Formats: sequence, structure tokens, C-alpha cells
Amino acid sequence: MRNALLISTLAAAVLAACSSTPTGDGTGASVEDRGTGGSVARVDAGQPSGSGIAALRDPKSILSKREIFFDFDSYVIREDAKPLVEAHAKFLVGNPTMKMLIQGNADERGSREYNLALGQKRADTVKKTLVLLGAKEGQIESVSLGEEKPRCSDRAEDCYAQNRRADMLYSGEF
Amino acid sequence: MRTRHPILRFIAAVALSMGTLGAQAQLTIEITGAGSNRYPVAIANFENEGALPRSVTEVVRGDLERSGLFNLIEVGSAPMGEAALPDFIGIKARGADAVSTGTVAPADAGRQEVRFRLYDTQKQVSLGGMALRTSPNQYRATGHRIADFIYEKITGLPGVFSTRIAYVLKNGSRYELQIADADGQNAQTALVSREPIISPNWSPDGTRLAYVSFEAKKPVIYVHTLATGLRQVAANFRGSNSAPAWSPDGNRLAVVLTKDGQSQLYSLNADGSGVRRLASSTGIDTEPAWSADGAWIYFTSDRGGSPQIYRIPSSGGDAQRVTYEGSYNVTPRPSSDGKNLAYITRNNGRFQVAVMDLASKQTAILTDSNRDESPSFAPNGRMILYASEYGGRGVLAAVSVDGRVKQRLSGQAGDVREPAWGPLPK
Repeated sequence: MRNALLISTLAAAVLAACSSTPTGDGTGASVEDRGTGGSVARVDAGQPSGSGIAALRDPKSILSKREIFFDFDSYVIREDAKPLVEAHAKFLVGNPTMKMLIQGNADERGSREYNLALGQKRADTVKKTLVLLGAKEGQIESVSLGEEKPRCSDRAEDCYAQNRRADMLYSGEF
Repeated sequence: MRTRHPILRFIAAVALSMGTLGAQAQLTIEITGAGSNRYPVAIANFENEGALPRSVTEVVRGDLERSGLFNLIEVGSAPMGEAALPDFIGIKARGADAVSTGTVAPADAGRQEVRFRLYDTQKQVSLGGMALRTSPNQYRATGHRIADFIYEKITGLPGVFSTRIAYVLKNGSRYELQIADADGQNAQTALVSREPIISPNWSPDGTRLAYVSFEAKKPVIYVHTLATGLRQVAANFRGSNSAPAWSPDGNRLAVVLTKDGQSQLYSLNADGSGVRRLASSTGIDTEPAWSADGAWIYFTSDRGGSPQIYRIPSSGGDAQRVTYEGSYNVTPRPSSDGKNLAYITRNNGRFQVAVMDLASKQTAILTDSNRDESPSFAPNGRMILYASEYGGRGVLAAVSVDGRVKQRLSGQAGDVREPAWGPLPK
């Protein structure tokens, strides 16, 4: 517990250093540079490699994409989301100390507690698929935010569709 | 300059009143429907009422009026003392079938004694009375107790004017779990959070609330002692922890956990120990609620394909389906008299409060709104408090089990939601 705290504090310090570095053209390159820096070596002890974190944050990497959208009343992963789930499964397999929190969401119609259960069903589906693809069960916790944290609060179908979603967060991001 | 001063004064007055509202947020009740046969009653001013900071009889009248069951008959401003018999014939002639009289007199330690009596004006007999010792700033609580007495004498049911309600106020990204008197006054904040709070549920003795907070980026169940503010995690297992419901004896919480897979029912002690699985299904089981006798647990399940209400014996056993009409029936809440079950039904795409007579299985939709949620029975089983929407904001509303009496409670700002009506005071 103490180590985990120390490591996450260090990781946060590294990330903060990255984001505060002034760069001309966005943060992508600067994150790569810092990933090989001295302070990251300590984060390496028992936690993901610096290059792993960079890939998770690099907008050019598929791993920077963390959202899985679902159809109305549906809890199966759509064809168009499968490459994303596969990429994250591969990352988890290659980084066995990395932990993931999956937060399921639901649109706002109906009971809050029932919607919490629907969001859980979506998070569970993503978790099951990742485990089927080789990730370890203990690496992933699936939880639900139900309708409580909507990304979009208009009352229209395209908005509801954005809220029927599961988000994948890695260690240090939650 | 002469023209500017009044404006400045006006602005100062507005600023002051806004400051007051902010510091003492409260809900305002509006009556939107009343009973068809309202009982005519006169509440005369009490003798020496001026000894209290505000009129106690105004509190009594307000309570009885808002219940939708009484017609307040005007009998003039002259006080009627508790010691003398009222003018039965004169009061009866104004249309009142009952009248109350009272006297406020100094008691020990700076307190006041409020004595009152209720009379039947037709039979010209006393229906009883009470003497309450109160510190002057407790005049509202005293008024609620008098109103409870009158309500019970006339309707035969306990009054609920001295009860409290819990609800969540969302203002921007700020969530507050608040406790207020049943008339929306005296709102106090028990918890402030930047993350959502849902599903507050009162312990049967009214001292604690169980609820779900997302402050740990996931749903975790807490038990919160109101008087001390002490919070204890009741369930923080891997996965989601939600939908706490106290057993009627106050010993156990029925909860929903996902630690063994999908959303399933368990029970545990308030300190999180003694976890026991209550039911197993291949679908979602959620929103447990105990029957008043503790024998049954009602819950929502999609095991049959669509969300419907089921019940299981709390000692374990097979589930029985309770609702059959419609494709979406959720949030079952049994009344404490064991007679009715309130729930939310989807009716042509609109979510409305419904009630089932548990003996006859007859159902009725009580509301005409679009987005009703979270029904909660008053402890006398007569009114159902629920979350609704009015003017684009979340408000609380209440409806009587016969659908006639309707009230709306709204705050000064923000969305009010997730109501839970507390138990009768001890």
C-alpha cells in the first residue's frame, strides 16, 4: 500500500513535469522524451514502463482511445470497437502489473439503480472480452457510474448514445 | 442622488435575502391537488401565543392545510384559551366540525408550556389534549406535534408532520445530501461531495442513513450517523456496491454487489460484516426493499427479459413475480402498513408512480408526469414522496395513495432528487 502510494505520487510528479514542459507543438513528443528520463526508472519498479504510459497518452496510438460505445439496450461489443478492445488486451498482457478500471455508463432514462446495473453489464462485457483475450482477471475491476456522470446531457438520441459507454482507465488515472 | 438611494437600498435588500436563502436552503411546498372530502376544522389562536417567537398555530394550520385532508375554517383572531369551553354553536355555525384551543404559559428554565385541546363541535365533547414543554425556538416542532395529534384524532392514522425527509440536492457539480423537516423547512446538509450521491435509506430508528457515494470513482455504500457525522463504509467490494435498504429491525442491510459477477442481492450488517447472498439469477437483480414485517424482500429483476418486480422470502427461497402489466416496472417500495406497493412504471414512454394493492393485486397509476423516480412512502402509508421534474428542474413531489392529494416541493436552485421519507419519531 505504501509502495503503491509512493509510486503513484512519483507517477503523478512525472506526469505533472511532462505537462508543464513548454513545447511548441503539443505535448506528445515531450511525453516520449520524459518517458526515458531518470525519474521514470523508479516508476519502473513494479509499475508499467515509461514507454507504456507514453503510448497510453499518445493521440496517435490506438491505446489513447478508451471509450467503447454500445447500442440501445445492448451489452455486446460492436464490430467497430473490437480492434480497440484487442489493442488494450494486448497491452494488459504485455504489462501484467498494469491495472485497469472499467467504468460502465447508461443513458438517463428510468431508475438510477437499474441504470447502475445496466452500466455494470457494459463494464462486465468489456472486462470479460479483455480476459478472454489474455488479460488477467485480477488486473481489471469493472464498476458502474450508471446515469450519474453523463458526457452529454441533452435529451436526444445522439446524446443518449454517447452516454451508453464504457471507459477504460489505467493505474494512475483513477 | 435622490433617485439612486432607493435602488441601492433595493439591491442591498436583495443581496441580504439571497445571503439568507443560501445559508438556510429549504424547500417550498405547493399544493397541486387536494382530497375530495376535506374535514372542516378550526384552529383558534392560542392564548398568550406572543410569548413564542412565531405563531405556533400558524404551523399547525399550515401542516393540516398542506395534507390536503382538512378545510381550515376561519374563526377570527381572538385567542381561545385552553381552560375555557369554546363557543360550540358559533363555531359549528361557521362550518367547523372540530376546533382546537390552547394556552402558552411560562414554565421552568426559560421554557414555555403549550397546552391545547381538541373538541368535537357537534357532540360538544373534548377529543383530548396535550401539554408540551418547549424552548421558544422549538415552536415549529411543537406545532408539528400538535398537528400530528389532531391528524390522528380525526383520520385515525398517525400524523407525519414531525418526520424528516432526506434527499440529494445537485447544484452544478456539487452534490449535497440534505435532511429537512417533512414540510421542507430546517434543511441541513449531512454530506457535501463533488461526486454523485444516490439511494439514501433511513435506518428504522431515524438515526442513520445508508447511501451510495461515488467519491472513490466507483459506487461504495456508506452508513452515516446524522447526529455525529460519523461515516462508516458498509460495502466496498470489488466492483459496484449499491441500493442499500435497512431491514425493519435495523440489524441488516440488503444491498446489491457485483463482486461475484453481475448485480446480485446480498445482505450484511451495517459495519460490513456477515455478508450473505440472498438470491441468484442470470440477470440483473437490484433495488431491494423489505416488507414492513421483514418477511419479504421486493426487488427489480430482468430475469424474465424486461425489468419487473419480484419478491423472495427474506429467509431465502424462490422468487415470485409481482408485476405483469407493461415492460418496465422498477423501484418497488412497500408501505409500512403492509397494504400497498409503490413503484415506477413506464407508461407510453413516460415514467410514472404506480401503486399496487397487495391484497387484491389491483394497480393504479397515480401521476401524470414524464420522469418520476424513487418513490418513498410516508411512515403512515398515506402519501408517496418521489422525484419528478418541473420547469426543467428536478423537484420532489408527493401524491396520496388514492391519487387525490398532490404536492410539489422545490428548492431555490439546483435539482432536488433521490428522496427518502424518514420514520416516525420515537
